[in-house]
Amino acid sequence: MEALEIARWQFGITTVYHFMMVPLTIGLGLVVAVMQTIWYRTGNPTYLRMTKFWGKLFLINFIMGVATGIVQEFQFGMAWSEYSRFVGDVFGAPLALEALLAFFVESTFLGLWIFGWKQLKKGVHLACLWIAVIGSFFSAYFIIVANSWMQHPVGVEMIDGRPVMTDAWAVFTNNTALVAVPHTLFGALAVAGGFLLGIAWYHLWRRRRDGIDTVGADGKVIAGSADIPGRDRTDHTVWIRSLRIGAVVAMISFAGTALTGDLQGKLMFEQQPMKMAAAEAACHDGTGFSVLSVGNVGSRNCDDIVALIEVPGILSYLAKGDFTTEVKGVNSLIEQYKSDYGTHVPDNPIYGERAGQEIQYVPVMEVTYWGFRMMIGFGGVAALAALLALWVTRSGTVPESRWLMRLAVLGILAPFGANAAGWIFTEMGRQPFVVAPNPDLNGIDQVFMFTAAAVSPGVSAGEILTSLVVLTAIYAVLLVVEVKLLVKYVRGGVVSAMPELANAPVDENEDATPGPGGSGKSGTADDVLAFAY
Amino acid sequence: MELLPTIWFIAIAVLWTGYLFLEGFDLGVGMLMKLFARDNTERRVLLNTIGPVWDGNEVWLLTAAGATFAAFPLWYASLFSALYLPLLLVLVALIFRAVAFEYRGKVDTDRWRNTWDWAIAVGSFVAAFGVGAALALTTTGLPLDANGDRDGGPFSWFSGYALLGGFAVAGFALLHALAFLALKTDGDVRHRARRWFVRLLPVLLLPMAGWAASVQLLSGEAWTVILLAAAGVAAAAAWLQGRKGNEGRAFLAVGVLLLCGAISIFGAVFPVVLPSTIDPAFNLTVSNASSSDYTLGLMSIVACVGLPLVIAYQAWTYWIFRRRVSAAHIPEAHSFLPAIAAKAFTRND
Repeated sequence: MEALEIARWQFGITTVYHFMMVPLTIGLGLVVAVMQTIWYRTGNPTYLRMTKFWGKLFLINFIMGVATGIVQEFQFGMAWSEYSRFVGDVFGAPLALEALLAFFVESTFLGLWIFGWKQLKKGVHLACLWIAVIGSFFSAYFIIVANSWMQHPVGVEMIDGRPVMTDAWAVFTNNTALVAVPHTLFGALAVAGGFLLGIAWYHLWRRRRDGIDTVGADGKVIAGSADIPGRDRTDHTVWIRSLRIGAVVAMISFAGTALTGDLQGKLMFEQQPMKMAAAEAACHDGTGFSVLSVGNVGSRNCDDIVALIEVPGILSYLAKGDFTTEVKGVNSLIEQYKSDYGTHVPDNPIYGERAGQEIQYVPVMEVTYWGFRMMIGFGGVAALAALLALWVTRSGTVPESRWLMRLAVLGILAPFGANAAGWIFTEMGRQPFVVAPNPDLNGIDQVFMFTAAAVSPGVSAGEILTSLVVLTAIYAVLLVVEVKLLVKYVRGGVVSAMPELANAPVDENEDATPGPGGSGKSGTADDVLAFAY
Repeated sequence: MELLPTIWFIAIAVLWTGYLFLEGFDLGVGMLMKLFARDNTERRVLLNTIGPVWDGNEVWLLTAAGATFAAFPLWYASLFSALYLPLLLVLVALIFRAVAFEYRGKVDTDRWRNTWDWAIAVGSFVAAFGVGAALALTTTGLPLDANGDRDGGPFSWFSGYALLGGFAVAGFALLHALAFLALKTDGDVRHRARRWFVRLLPVLLLPMAGWAASVQLLSGEAWTVILLAAAGVAAAAAWLQGRKGNEGRAFLAVGVLLLCGAISIFGAVFPVVLPSTIDPAFNLTVSNASSSDYTLGLMSIVACVGLPLVIAYQAWTYWIFRRRVSAAHIPEAHSFLPAIAAKAFTRND
């Protein structure tokens, strides 16, 4: 393989991996902030337990997002230096602003939240979490502004062969970004919803299996308590509420992704028609949405593909909002792209061996076709499962079935799958461009860049292969570690995040030695520190 | 000389200096986990001094890199691609270090803790060393061709300056951490840190002095040499204050030393941001590597609002966690309490 292929695999693997941690951070952060707010306003201990337990899992996951995020920022310069040179004037700004305006906020205030349970007033402490969560939203916004510019470049002029920003407002309010941001945030919430639902289900099931909770003659749950720390009646409330919150969040966020996804589809039809056609493996112009297409969709040869089941009109609806507009298929688009952006890779040394080769304008349809369907499929299945879960748990607990429990836990993965599939679809569907052309501007001189031109010319394939192997191996090990820790803390239940539940309350203010230079309050302030580390 | 690129050169110098000042001590504390701390309690003291702040400190690195990308894309592209493998090492080190802070206390066995302690110590050293090497090379030069790409193989960037810069930042981080621990802890750790600080100061600063002096020889001017001398005075002051037991002043003096040293080094290389060792005609400079005035203007406005805000709330964080940490404050590690003691409970099925 050459450097380009390896660098693409590396970017794909590290990004999909990073984006397993990120949506859980964004979604769970919001959920925990709401839980803590309810606790703050009502003083209800159920919500304190929920805050602590889900907050613990949130933190175990958060750090992985942080650790893998640095790779993303460095990678542009390391492996894609030619890309960085070309787009730096406009693409660097949102990345720098993300660090300056969002990530600083997130990291600093989350540090305050983790360590400030006792040092800060309750309201201030809660505010710190909200600020961190809102920071994570802004983080998402800036990154998506950067990505959307690659999908649909706006606000620039070509000067000396490079796009130069001339209209920051256009860049930061790119309509591609404005619909992608809510789509991504809803996608993140869906992950959190499934996470809550699956884990809460497991605990309710455990309580039933251990005979703590039973179902009475009227079909309603009789919550009990066991002589184990944290296994009281409140514990039951923690899980059933978490489950219901999770199910509702999952359903709302699916509706949100569907609505915003619909808007995205219509934009994509205008902005990246080839991606839309490839999402459908639609070779010929038409109106029908393919439910199942067979043939070798990966062959990039349209003559091999037969749409077995097709619903007429639906594709037109996805693209235009009516049922009759002819949506251009791959075959007619290829000709259009060739005449607009050239038939062959320019004879420029930055293209290496690819210089002069014919350009393949059709993305790998196997990926776009199935990626598109997996995104929708996983999302839909998760939402449907959430609805069923609400119905099944109307008695106040879950059935005793071990298989249903396993299914609920496995279901946690569905929204992750939908997120990954969506990103793989949209990034692979943009190929062969790294910066897709904006069709509103005409002709070959407009702003676009082929992926083949973006890789670092001075870096050898061996170097990139080294980093690919090293990063993939480390990521794999860390994934195992993270999942093991999550499982351990999940199994431990609330008490694993709240050891004070197990301690007699007498211990609280013993050995309170005021620290030097302190504010004169009791010295227990360090307990929280010690608990965190 | 164009105004906005010059301002952004200064801004990036400020960001790197901010990074070295803040993450300097937490990288050093990380290394001291294995070099200095004697037992688990002391390690937890060390960790708790930087616990609430290290992640915020690390964002200075991300911001410095991001700002370089935005303000000087050609500098960012050439530096990062030329130093591909060393930066990979830095990334790996930062990943392990970050995860180790969070995961170390999550399983209550010595083996688990020891593994992550090594991750913190080695990760901190490698990160400091790698960042130092990269910074030194951007001031002394890389084999760059006309397009700004590295000429030669994966290791053609290597020179003695890389080692010098690596040891310079690692040594500075250790010294800064000792000053920080003397200021932030109490009891035995505090006193030992102060003793180490006084004893090791000359050795730990030696490579830094070597790097700064080399840069002066390569491209220094009168005012940058004077600033370097001022850094020397600050080092002497830090040593004296450390000896007297004025921990706050010693810490401050190390800060002044860093500031003078950084201005002296960045000032000496200006207006070149990345020299080419092949041909000075290929040098990347403040004017030929920068973004457009429009982009720089936009970023300036945002930075003028954003950066003071960052400094304000980070300062507030240090104020909230201003108390000294000592071994006496560290309670027993809570043993993990599973809520579901399945074996202890009789099932009725």
